[in-house]
Amino acid sequence: MRFLQLYNYEIAIFLAMVGLYIVVSRGNLVKKIAGLSMFQTSVFILYISMGVVDGGSVPILTEGVTRYSNPLPHVLILTAIVVGVATTAVALSLVIRINEAYGTVEEDEVHQQDESF
Amino acid sequence: MLGTLSNDLPALQVVVPLMSAPLCLVLARWPRLVWILCVAASWTSLAISMELLDQVLSYGPISYAMGGWAAPWGIEYRVDSVNAYVILIVTGIASVVLPFAGASVAGEIREDKVAMFYTLLMLCLTGLLGMTITGDAFNVFVFLEISSLSMYGLISMGRDRRALTSAFQYLVMGTIGGTFILVGIGFLYVITGTLNMADIAQRLPEATQLRTLHTAFAFLVVGIGLKLAMFPLHLWLPNAYAYAPSTATALIAATATKVAVYALLRFVFTVIGPVTAYEDLPFGEIAMALATLGLLTGSFVAIFQENVKRILAYSSVAQIGYILLGIGLATALGLQAGILHLFNHALMKGALFMAVGCFFYRVGSVRLDDLRGIGRKMPWTFAAFVIAGLSLIGVPLTVGFISKWYLLQATLQQGYWPLALLILGGSLLAVVYIWRVVEAAWFGSPSVRANDAKEAPLGLLIPTWTLVLANLYFGIHTELTVGVADLAARTLLEAIR
Amino acid sequence: MSPAGAMQLAVALPAAASIPIVITGRSPNLREFVTLACAASVLILVGSTLPAVLSGARPELQLLEILPGLELMFRLEPLGMIFALVASFLWLITSIYSIGYMRGHHETNQTRFYACFAIAIASALGVAFAGNMLTLFVAYEVLSISTYPLVTHAGTEKAKRAGRVYLGILLGTSIGLQLLAILWTWTVTGTLDFTEGGLLAGEIEGPAAAVLLALYVFGIGKAAVMPFHRWLPAAMVAPTPVSALLHAVAVVKAGVFAVLKVTIYIFGTDFMLQSGASDWLVWFAGATILLASLVAMTKDNLKARLAYSTISQLSYIVLGALLATQASILGSMMHIAMHAFAKITLFFAAGAILVAAHKSEISDMAGLGRAMPLTFGAFFIGSLSIIGLPPFGGMWSKWYLGLGTIESGHWLLLTVLLVSSLLNIAYLLAVPIRAFFGKPKDGTVYARVQEAPASCLAAMIVTSLACLVLFFYPQPFFQLATAIAGAQ
Repeated sequence: MRFLQLYNYEIAIFLAMVGLYIVVSRGNLVKKIAGLSMFQTSVFILYISMGVVDGGSVPILTEGVTRYSNPLPHVLILTAIVVGVATTAVALSLVIRINEAYGTVEEDEVHQQDESF
Repeated sequence: MLGTLSNDLPALQVVVPLMSAPLCLVLARWPRLVWILCVAASWTSLAISMELLDQVLSYGPISYAMGGWAAPWGIEYRVDSVNAYVILIVTGIASVVLPFAGASVAGEIREDKVAMFYTLLMLCLTGLLGMTITGDAFNVFVFLEISSLSMYGLISMGRDRRALTSAFQYLVMGTIGGTFILVGIGFLYVITGTLNMADIAQRLPEATQLRTLHTAFAFLVVGIGLKLAMFPLHLWLPNAYAYAPSTATALIAATATKVAVYALLRFVFTVIGPVTAYEDLPFGEIAMALATLGLLTGSFVAIFQENVKRILAYSSVAQIGYILLGIGLATALGLQAGILHLFNHALMKGALFMAVGCFFYRVGSVRLDDLRGIGRKMPWTFAAFVIAGLSLIGVPLTVGFISKWYLLQATLQQGYWPLALLILGGSLLAVVYIWRVVEAAWFGSPSVRANDAKEAPLGLLIPTWTLVLANLYFGIHTELTVGVADLAARTLLEAIR
Repeated sequence: MSPAGAMQLAVALPAAASIPIVITGRSPNLREFVTLACAASVLILVGSTLPAVLSGARPELQLLEILPGLELMFRLEPLGMIFALVASFLWLITSIYSIGYMRGHHETNQTRFYACFAIAIASALGVAFAGNMLTLFVAYEVLSISTYPLVTHAGTEKAKRAGRVYLGILLGTSIGLQLLAILWTWTVTGTLDFTEGGLLAGEIEGPAAAVLLALYVFGIGKAAVMPFHRWLPAAMVAPTPVSALLHAVAVVKAGVFAVLKVTIYIFGTDFMLQSGASDWLVWFAGATILLASLVAMTKDNLKARLAYSTISQLSYIVLGALLATQASILGSMMHIAMHAFAKITLFFAAGAILVAAHKSEISDMAGLGRAMPLTFGAFFIGSLSIIGLPPFGGMWSKWYLGLGTIESGHWLLLTVLLVSSLLNIAYLLAVPIRAFFGKPKDGTVYARVQEAPASCLAAMIVTSLACLVLFFYPQPFFQLATAIAGAQ
């Protein structure tokens, strides 16, 4: 049942696709951001999954344990999470400013006021 | 003291702008002081980059272990002729754009936001420099995001409210691009278990998971392609350039895409290796096809724009095409042409966007209609625009000619006649879109806005003309640019063997 | 001064003179003094190199290496000497003429006019001295761009459109075709130096040689071979001194000069003959000669008629170059000088008529000859020289061109030359004849019309006398031309 064994990768792909779909299909800017976050999150799962070592334990030095999972991807993904949070924050603040400037956060309504999107 | 400092130059290259960023906020109450600080930081960076290039040229690549942690565990900063050259481009442009920023920012940004603007500018510079200097794949992603996030902020500070929507659009596409790169790097890690570029390159040939490698490559190319505005992933670029503050546009247009191109070169040649890219996968064909499409569409669409900054932005899409074309050829000459054009295009686009910034400073608009007749009111700025424009077209004695010469030679060497014709066709389209601006600015009866305009202040003119003269200087004295580009191309091609 | 130094200074001086011209712009007398002084010095400088070149020296000057193995360099040889002499001599004359014309016609922006003019001359001399194709190309492009403000001098909508055509065709052909040809040559041979006997023999063959030659001939848009001739009539919106010096001498001659350089020093006449690269191109030149003459007949605007006449005459030179026989090359070189003196006389006259009588249409000029006998007299002389009748210089070049067609066995092309001469008579002589013998359309009496300003007249008289002198004393040009044609 190889298919099931790789379930975390499948979840990552599923999340990525859903996220991208939301970004592309939704006109609401906040929803776009949500989609974008999902997309980023899927990569976090991907990274964390690849740190797994079969039969490995939590990567904290413990007596009697010789096999550890790889801690490096987890550390990396901490950085990526920070980046993701920052991106979401910048995006949301942009949306606030857009809302102030246009009085709406719907893409097509913004587009009606200014041909820029 | 100096001795130890000179050993830490690779770190200082990133740390100087990084540290000046928070300092800008501390000094926020004195915008003038902030500006002086940033100019000083950019000039220091330039000095460091020159020293680095000099060291690389005399002693070969420099490897610097960040924080004393040796590679591959620690983060390695690795400077060779390729990135020393790109760093020189970035810092060189920054040290001209920042003096320009003084007057331009004061005219375009609300006073209480000025310090913020400079903070972001410095962070952007940090990110770009870091991305270039690092020898660690994951570090590339981190610095990429630093530069991107600050760029979103910079763009959104434009006076027009469309700056906000453009920044948002860029944010969405940029983040997707960044995430793609992250996925690509992750896959590389899965295959090799290391993040150090040189290490990855060493272990990849033994890799058996070819499908993973190919997937990683595809993710990387698409992700970086988004950042470098490779056709058809360029959609974010025109708006972002058009509505950002003039200073930001000049800096971003001249450097950001260049650094992305560098990242592409690095991943394709050093990390993954041209054998995988060009022989196992059709990277060369795809790059050339997209490059040609990009250079034609970009030039063609540029002709129909009514906003001068958008004209130049679409022209950038086309110029990226030239660079990619050289890379796609994958010959020593082609690579050299592409790398040479990195430098030369930075010079001409920087000069053009700064000249447009001067117009904006006086006229408050960069629409062709509003710029009618401005040539007679601001002759020096206009002359700067014309010369830089001629450089873009590729008239001899300018850098544009040198680039075109090498690129054409590279295509002819391979016997790609149609490509050579397309390149020349692109030049002719450039004549059309540049001359539209020239005609409007010179012949049109002055618009209401242009009528009251007078020549731009010296604080703007001097930096603009510095770059314009650099366009001429490096069009005549090509030893440095051509020589280093040649060396860089050979370094990239040798890396595999 | 060494010939090489004189060469350098002759280019640098006019380019540098544009600065004092701009500075002294407020005081027209001073500004024009600067122009005249510079023109005179350039003429002396160019003249000073003549003995050396005649005695077989080929002074060289390396300027700088802009690309590895490829430098900007000057090398003075007889062909360039002819062009440089003609351009620098006529610049002096035109400067004198311009003073009367620009003031008499109350032109605006005269300072810009003189400054751009000086730069244009500097680049024309750069073309003349060029020691390799790259240098020639660089100077050629500078010439295109520096003449753009002159063409669009009036700043009107019409001037703008003309400027668009002008720059569009000149930049378009040079970047689109000529640059490609240069790069091709470079990839094939690895050098661009003008070499006696040519570069390409044995390096390229068959149809490729023909294509390359076509790229050069059409890429040198300034030679105005149809279908790339439209820029020349468009350029006629410029003030008359510009049309006279640049669009009858410097710019257009730079074009045909470049074609000659390519055929002699890049292809080599032997290779041209043997490869047959020009076999089909000669028909383009021949067609241009006839068609342009025919179009000239339909033009009522005097300057437009002269422009088409120039197009036709330029193709004589191109034809001579493409035939690549000894006589035809000799004729082509002579024609550069002969046509220059004759055509500039015609333009001077056209400008004088415009200034003095405010007439630009030929049909309006009937009867004007009696009011302006000197002007129309000069026009008459210039026309005769262009037609190729003795005792005027134009005869020599036509003679050798005709010989060239016979040498190469192109009887049809000889007929083209003869028919074209007949057409010349029809469209050129008609002008003075109508002016002297015609009756004004509406019965106006030109009592109040006087001759143009003295400086205009002086310039015209000098050039028309030169046409005459060159018939009896063509030696300098003849010697220079045989030095090359003989060497083939």
